[in-house]
Amino acid sequence: MTDATTQVREIVESTYRSDSRRVLATLVRLLHDFDLAEEALHDAFVAAMDRWSVEGIPANPRAWLVSVGRFKAIDQLRRRATFDSKQAELKYEIEKGPDPDERASDEDGITDDRLRLIFTCCHPAIAMDAQVALTLRTVGGLTTEEIANAFLLPAPTLAQRIVRAKNKIRDARIPYEIPAPSELAERLDAVLAVVYLIFNEGYAATVGDTLTRADLCGEAIRLGRLLVELLPEPDAVGLLALMLLHDSRRPARTSSDGSAVLLEDQDRSLWDRAMISEGIDLTQRALASRRCGPYTIQAAISAVHSEAVSSSATDWTQIIALYDVLMRLQPSPVVELNRAVAVAMGEGEERGLALIDSLMGNGELSDYYLAHSARGALLGRLGRRDEAIAAYCTARDLTDGPQRRFLVGRIAALRSEPGRS
Amino acid sequence: MKYLCLIYEDESIWATMPKADSDRMMADYGALTGDLRTSGKLVAGEALQATTTATTVKVRSGKTLTTDGPFAETKEQLGGFYLVDAKDLNDAIQIAARIPSAKTGSIEVRPIMNFG
Repeated sequence: MTDATTQVREIVESTYRSDSRRVLATLVRLLHDFDLAEEALHDAFVAAMDRWSVEGIPANPRAWLVSVGRFKAIDQLRRRATFDSKQAELKYEIEKGPDPDERASDEDGITDDRLRLIFTCCHPAIAMDAQVALTLRTVGGLTTEEIANAFLLPAPTLAQRIVRAKNKIRDARIPYEIPAPSELAERLDAVLAVVYLIFNEGYAATVGDTLTRADLCGEAIRLGRLLVELLPEPDAVGLLALMLLHDSRRPARTSSDGSAVLLEDQDRSLWDRAMISEGIDLTQRALASRRCGPYTIQAAISAVHSEAVSSSATDWTQIIALYDVLMRLQPSPVVELNRAVAVAMGEGEERGLALIDSLMGNGELSDYYLAHSARGALLGRLGRRDEAIAAYCTARDLTDGPQRRFLVGRIAALRSEPGRS
Repeated sequence: MKYLCLIYEDESIWATMPKADSDRMMADYGALTGDLRTSGKLVAGEALQATTTATTVKVRSGKTLTTDGPFAETKEQLGGFYLVDAKDLNDAIQIAARIPSAKTGSIEVRPIMNFG
């Protein structure tokens, strides 16, 4: 292989990494068909590999790829033997090309088709699991196998979800568009929920688990960045901040034996300072908008932790106040539990324990291992050893993996302590 | 594209609803039907009598079996429908959200099959 060919190959590959999603998004808009657009994208990059070494690198590679992809799609439709009326109509629309207004807006960057793609993939009329799969596949550019591995599912199950989503988009005619301003807030919430679900899937598993799952966090952050770039709404900024702040602690969240390490026990020197500083900047930006939502408040809570040199030096008063805001925006027993733990840290174990006990009296959190685990920790600190062991045992039986290893360790430590209770 | 908006609600609420409320509900339905007609999106729309008037018919081995009552006993019953000609699913969802019964019951939006 000559140097020139190698060079072209490298350029094509780097263009694929930087621009393939944007080209795909535009092709979906032009072709009204996800599968046809994916084929056209593939064909366009194959053509680039052949022709760029002969014709030179085009001035605007993305425009070149869109144009070649569109013609490849027309060829593809011509080759198909059964040429029904629907395809004839489609072919007409494709050949007609984009209207001049659309073309202009795409090139000066006012609209980016990836935003259309995101809103279509995260349309609430598609089942949530299928929204996640389709978003990772088309917006994230992951292969079906990669997504299946990340979610620990068989590849055919994942492929089926993607097919189901594409069929619903086509058959129910889910439009390829950015929602009208009146619907935007609600629809953006649905998009943020998908991104956060992807993040949490990775985050919950990163503790002592395989790298492929941790990659989901990186993928969610990438999607979050894209969203902030395309539509810098306060809570999108807040979500990106929240993900960065959480992920900054990844190196400190697991001990060498693979068990989970609580926030208060983490070695804070392991936290990723660059991620924290970016997360804090974004949190402040979102808070300054004065119309921030639950993700921003959660990011702010996380930022307070990130700024503290130790658990005891944490500004618990501020954290409790932020939980009060969160309870107003998004009341839930889990938020109330987290608030109770903050109260225990800031105002004393007894007060926190009383709040948790009254909360659990409602029965809603009785199967939630973290509620029992939090009770165990507070009872332990209060020297009520037997009750602490009982609470930890209940928690242990409700979870597995690194969390379970952590709880088993706590129970053993308490049992070996000289009796105080 | 045509969509059928199926209106499901607990039909018993109509019996206990104060007259002022049911009058307002009917007025809201009238306004929506008027708007849909003006915009050319209304293909058809009807309210159904209560499920006590329903008859379910099946043919098995050439025999017609007729039973009293709806196909399935559910908490919410099919009470009416709009057949609309909408731009796309988002347009249809917006219409469905304006159906007065969406506030208490549920609207199922189904695209019409195209055999063309």
